[in-house]
Amino acid sequence: MPNENAILSFEELEIRFTLRGQVLNAIRGISLDVMQGESLAIVGESGSGKSVFTKSAMGLLDANGAITGGHIWYGGKDLAQFKTEKEWLTIRGKEIAMVMQDPMTSLNPLKTIGDQITEAVLLHQGLKGEAARKAAMDALAAVGIDEPERRYRQYPHEFSGGMRQRVVIAIAVACRPKVLICDEPTTALDVTIQAQILDLIKALQKKLDLTTIYITHDLGVVANVADRIAVMYAGDIVEVGRCEEVFYDPKHPYTWALLSSLPQLGVKGQDLYSIQGTPPNLFYEVHGDAFAPRNPQALNIDFVERPPFFQVSPTHKARTWLLDPRAPKVEPPEHIRQLRQKGGYPHG
Amino acid sequence: MAETREKLLEVQDLQVTFGNKRHPFTAVDGVSFDIYKGETFGLVGESGSGKTTIGRAIIRVNPVSGGTVKYQGEVISGKVSRETDRRIIKNIQMIFQDPMASLNERAKVDYIVSEGLYALGEHLSEEARQEKVSQALADVGLLPEFASRFPHEFSGGQRQRIGIARALIMEPQFIIADEPISALDVSIRAQVLNLMSRLQKERGLTYLFIAHDLSVVRFISDRIGVIYKGKLMELAGSEQLFAHPLHPYTRALLSAIPMPDPESERKKQLVVYDPTQHGYTEDDPPLWEELEPGHFVRGSRRELEGYRKVLGQ
Repeated sequence: MPNENAILSFEELEIRFTLRGQVLNAIRGISLDVMQGESLAIVGESGSGKSVFTKSAMGLLDANGAITGGHIWYGGKDLAQFKTEKEWLTIRGKEIAMVMQDPMTSLNPLKTIGDQITEAVLLHQGLKGEAARKAAMDALAAVGIDEPERRYRQYPHEFSGGMRQRVVIAIAVACRPKVLICDEPTTALDVTIQAQILDLIKALQKKLDLTTIYITHDLGVVANVADRIAVMYAGDIVEVGRCEEVFYDPKHPYTWALLSSLPQLGVKGQDLYSIQGTPPNLFYEVHGDAFAPRNPQALNIDFVERPPFFQVSPTHKARTWLLDPRAPKVEPPEHIRQLRQKGGYPHG
Repeated sequence: MAETREKLLEVQDLQVTFGNKRHPFTAVDGVSFDIYKGETFGLVGESGSGKTTIGRAIIRVNPVSGGTVKYQGEVISGKVSRETDRRIIKNIQMIFQDPMASLNERAKVDYIVSEGLYALGEHLSEEARQEKVSQALADVGLLPEFASRFPHEFSGGQRQRIGIARALIMEPQFIIADEPISALDVSIRAQVLNLMSRLQKERGLTYLFIAHDLSVVRFISDRIGVIYKGKLMELAGSEQLFAHPLHPYTRALLSAIPMPDPESERKKQLVVYDPTQHGYTEDDPPLWEELEPGHFVRGSRRELEGYRKVLGQ
């Protein structure tokens, strides 16, 4: 049963895709609670299933994909049981909204910005005519767009990338959702704009009492926005914890590898730590720990049996056999140990 | 010390203009820098700043509308003789950003890698060509068998390796890498960066590394040029630049780097760059001056005075 403080709760979720007669196990039994009002970051490489995982909560899976097991609890309802588009429309946009990665492609180039925001308002708030127009203008002003009257009549191509992403955010929050999913919200933007957009989302979260879920591969963004972090690898969550716990005291070998391969940690003239090999092919069943083949220090049991979650602290848990009391002591790589001692990264 | 090193590439007052006469758009304006043999020169800027255009102008894809580019002392911009042209094609190669888009989907790796050889019309025997392809693939850590496959059979990191092999087969001295890792995953980035620095050590390659991510550029570059709206703002050794950023735009860029560290992200203070803050006038135009050895900044006389004071402290 879902945790009572959780607004959205995934329970043993499994998602499969059928591609050319083969079955792809995209999500392999994930349980995760998203707490009311928090900001949760889901980190993983492309292909780890982080987008598919969150899309499942909005009924946006591609036609060849389906939830084959588990539950998604939201407001006492199990979204995994939803069959019709009508059911999903009570949730999608209204309760759970999404900001997509690329503002160039998520806006309709043939409609004015105003029309696109009004569309959302008409559909979900039941406002009409002048009232809808007013609501749309307010939404534009709320995301920091100057001269909303003039901007309202313009087309997406007249906006810069950062401004377009602001419009996408305005559309997403126009219907006062409770949960906002941001799928790589700043990947397509420049660093200076990126920081502004993150600040905007954080401000809106406070103002509108939102719960936000970020999906990203950029650990810099994660460090900036997240209260809690879930690390995904090959369709499974391997580590969950508060932001500081995952950054300063990571437990899973994949998290170690991910953190140590960052160029920010590199020493000039020396090789960066790099993860060998490639992620597993999810068309085949994964035995044991999915990261084991790329982990030079993998234990024998890692290849045989899937590790359970071991609790590190009340808020921190990791799916690795290293935390089993019987496991040999394996020290994290040099960089990670230094982090722990210094309590932070080298600066300047 | 820097003066004693051999200048491989000299860019002087480079200007690149697009559009027609009635609506000209100057993408790159008055950019000058030198690249020394064996170093990695990083060029950083936002999208639209003209950093890619500079790279493309050097390799002669975009025509130059002003200034010169010299390679080993010889002018290679504008009209050049056929021999020079062939020499440049052989010596300067490029690695592109998106390995999904930059490889011909309908060609086998074998052809993709050896296309440059065909283009130069070098009459190699089939055996010699295959030998070269296998060698190039081995150099980037791929198996020779991969030559008979198509690009879609490879992962992003492997494709970028193919892109590098394609450049290496020409045995270039100078490689322009245009955002070579931004389309790759975090765990793959390190592999490609390591490969690039290994090749540099083994073959004495010189790189022009174009990117928007300062943390990556800092790691790989010896010197960094910061570009904004087609003009260089600051140029310095990479540690010099990080220790004493002078130009307000550089400071804004540095302040915005996302650090994978919750502590420092919380303390982070964003500097916002306002291009109108300089107050340049005709009497006090922006100059490009060397304030300490190897550290160039763009600024008016008054601003440069202020920068000197900062450095003096």
